[in-house]
Amino acid sequence: MTPSPETWTAESIGAAIRDGGLHASDVCESYLDRIRRLDPKLNAFVTVLESGARMQAESVDRDRKAGKPLHPLAGVPVALKDNLCARGVETTCSSKILRNFIPPYDATVIERLRAAGSVFPGKTNLDEFAMGSSTENSGLFPTRNPHDPGRVPGGSSGGSAASVAADFAPLALGSDTGGSIRQPASFCGLVGLKPTYGRVSRYGLIAFASSLDQIGPFARTAMDAALLMDAITGPDPRDSTCLPEPAPKFADGLREPFRPVRIGMPREYFAEGLAKPVAGAIDRLKDVLVSLGCSVVDVSLPHTPYAVPTYYLVATAEASSNLARYDGVRYGLRIDSADLVQQYFLTRARGFGAEVKRRIMLGTYALSSGYYDAYYLKAMKVRRLIYNDFMEAFRGVDLLLTPTAPTTAFKFGEKVSDPLQMYLSDIYTISANLAGLPAVSFPCGFENHLPIGAQMIGPALSELRMLRILHEYQKQTDWHARRPQNLS
Amino acid sequence: MTYEPVIGLEVHVQLKTSSKLFCGCSVQFGQDPNRNTCPVCMGLPGVLPVLNRQSVLLGLRAAIALNCRPAPFFKFDRKNYFYPDLPKAYQISQYDLPLALDGFLDVSVDGQARRVGLERVHMEEDAGKLVHAEPGHGVPAGTSFVDYNRAGVPLMEIVSRPDLRSSKEAHAYLDALKQIMRYIGVSDCDMEKGSLRCDANVSIRPAGSSTLGVKAELKNLNSFKFVERAIDGEIARQTEILQSGGKIVQETRGYDSASNTSHAQRSKEEAHDYRYFPEPDLPGFSLSPENIESVRKNIPELPAVRRARFLSEYHLPDYDADVLTAESTMADYFESVAREGADPKKASNFIMAELMHDLKSAGLSADQSPVNPRHLAELLKLVADGKISGKISKEIFPVMFKSGKSPAEVLKEENMELISDAGVIAAFIDQAIAENPKAVQDIKGGKQSTLGFLVGQIMKKSRGQADPALVTQELRKKFGL
Repeated sequence: MTPSPETWTAESIGAAIRDGGLHASDVCESYLDRIRRLDPKLNAFVTVLESGARMQAESVDRDRKAGKPLHPLAGVPVALKDNLCARGVETTCSSKILRNFIPPYDATVIERLRAAGSVFPGKTNLDEFAMGSSTENSGLFPTRNPHDPGRVPGGSSGGSAASVAADFAPLALGSDTGGSIRQPASFCGLVGLKPTYGRVSRYGLIAFASSLDQIGPFARTAMDAALLMDAITGPDPRDSTCLPEPAPKFADGLREPFRPVRIGMPREYFAEGLAKPVAGAIDRLKDVLVSLGCSVVDVSLPHTPYAVPTYYLVATAEASSNLARYDGVRYGLRIDSADLVQQYFLTRARGFGAEVKRRIMLGTYALSSGYYDAYYLKAMKVRRLIYNDFMEAFRGVDLLLTPTAPTTAFKFGEKVSDPLQMYLSDIYTISANLAGLPAVSFPCGFENHLPIGAQMIGPALSELRMLRILHEYQKQTDWHARRPQNLS
Repeated sequence: MTYEPVIGLEVHVQLKTSSKLFCGCSVQFGQDPNRNTCPVCMGLPGVLPVLNRQSVLLGLRAAIALNCRPAPFFKFDRKNYFYPDLPKAYQISQYDLPLALDGFLDVSVDGQARRVGLERVHMEEDAGKLVHAEPGHGVPAGTSFVDYNRAGVPLMEIVSRPDLRSSKEAHAYLDALKQIMRYIGVSDCDMEKGSLRCDANVSIRPAGSSTLGVKAELKNLNSFKFVERAIDGEIARQTEILQSGGKIVQETRGYDSASNTSHAQRSKEEAHDYRYFPEPDLPGFSLSPENIESVRKNIPELPAVRRARFLSEYHLPDYDADVLTAESTMADYFESVAREGADPKKASNFIMAELMHDLKSAGLSADQSPVNPRHLAELLKLVADGKISGKISKEIFPVMFKSGKSPAEVLKEENMELISDAGVIAAFIDQAIAENPKAVQDIKGGKQSTLGFLVGQIMKKSRGQADPALVTQELRKKFGL
């Protein structure tokens, strides 16, 4: 194989390294070279780990030489969202308050990828503490969309999405609390999977909203996503919310014969606010699925209008507590003051950005004495109703098909002054988090040069079923293979 | 007007686990600062708690021993507040679905039995502690350090109902609680090592009234004695306020044992809003009736039951039963001695008079006694069989205590074996007869009771070593009786 990241997939790199057609070190250098040349235009990375990546790649080559068996992801670069703790590597959450924080431990997903022999080219940018939909809330700098540098890559995992879209790595890990993997996958023309809550260990993922957060893969193909899922899923005694059931073999599952499924299209997701080109692309996607033998019916998720307000109560309440530990006492930023309370005030005032402060305030309010029942408790009840909607729908269909976002990637500054408009860009993705269900976004068309994403939502633990359909769809179409134009 | 005090206690005991509540760190006391820490109990970003099963079993055992109803389902909640000793800025505690509810504890006050209701028992993690710089530490004055060794140590909070009516009852309640916790191995309840802490809610109301007055919460009560004093002081303070026409304000008050006074710390308006909400990092936990039954089965006999049994089974006086059952290790020891065949009352006397004294001076508990129960039973048997005198038994006991040897070994080494050589005894008898003509005359005159006096004289001459049975037998022979 010739060293050209623009034609590679994780699957092809892994295979070539195993059969000797490629050295992991050459793969690594090709990607590092591309990052050096192109990332200054995009700012996908907060930290590039050149020497660490080289050492990992060399170690894979040594293992190959020594005849050791290699994991399918050995030597395959995986970019890491900078809210995943990696031992000895600065982990910032793109926040000033965590500058210089170097965790002494690996997140479970990172530990597993290390064991597989994956190479980590760098830590990617995000909206501060994963709060946002564009990376404009990053406390460090925004990331640009490889398909159009004047537009956002989506968020919060915008850096991870941009890094795969720009071929800085064939794979990346993100985290998804309300759409933070799927919406940037949609904006950047990628497969982005949010697994079932509990499918992937959260140990080492810096928490935003603990009952909603899940780590998941970015990839171009269903097969690449499956390979990354194989590496990161499975029980973990360090996360009590991680499911005890062993995960299926995802990549093997994609090689099984395809069986058509019943697909539901929730009518609440195709109402006002959905851009025409997006609706049109989903329509054509539907035709492909029908041609594959799937049946498509309309379904209803009647509590959908309450998803956004419910989410912004539950997520902010948990965030207000999760982010309380950044007090300048033990690590990260500290603005010294002789007075303890002043030290708290100054540290948190200067360390956190505006959106993070806004959400801490919202969440603190929702949990306050006298307001708890009206806000947090009521939100938890509505959350259950939203879950029940899905359970009802899944009595008649195997999967739901929806748009991922109302529009394609928007321009910088377009929504930043209006938080509510920004929050509404997650309107189709939030419900899956509230219900703990798996959901995947994938490219199903373009509006001019901008990718359009579709979303499948499935019952708990149906990731393999969704990836299998996606795999079949990707055999029929080539939207996933389209690289950004004019990026070189 | 006379007032009736109404008191409720909130007691925290440290569960006797080997590791912390949500991580594997040691709970060993007295370590260098921050030695017993890891990313989890330091609250580093991204880490998650994992519940220590042993702490649940201990908590459940305590709950059952305190007659509480274990919850079929319990969960944890976050209690949010900022303080440098709280690494996550929230404490993982239990709010609306605690481990157990509705129990009671029977206590005895001046011989009167009192039943004190318990509201709830819940588990939570401890915080760390601040260490303030002193001259010589080489840092500017006003600098504080934090030691997180205690952060995450498992605690159980036991909340009583406002059923206590005097400081004395409060003290008795604490004594009873501590005794049970130690009996069932749930906690050492050592206030000095922080494994028991107590806050007291105190209010007063006109005698006969059934409504509750405004309460003050007393904190920083570092011994049972201070609990008693602080409550007395608070009752007096509140009485004075009411009698002079004032109003009690709800507040938290810190007790200062040096001056035996308390001062206001936080009023109700300044109280924290802890913003409790369910801990999303931990699922809820279900307890099946089988789980609960298996814990119940393994609870050892509780102090009150054991005390009653000591009265009926061993026919001991109240006092002996009280003393022997105060600690389970001592009660176990006594029962081992009795099982070896010793007379229960004799064993009780010897343990209370000799063993407890020696254990106390050596700073040991009964299960650490160098004299094993079998050796003590053997010693008592030697006395019972008349092989040695009571006096000798008390002389050789300290040697047994020091060496851990059996009474036979000690008697041999100390040359204090029983004299059962008829020739040697005959010599003592002849001497005694020569020295006590009056007694001899009495015996010959038919006053057989005086024989005992002569036996005593002979025992004295032999320094207690003569076999008293043989002495009596030989003496009777001498007088042809």
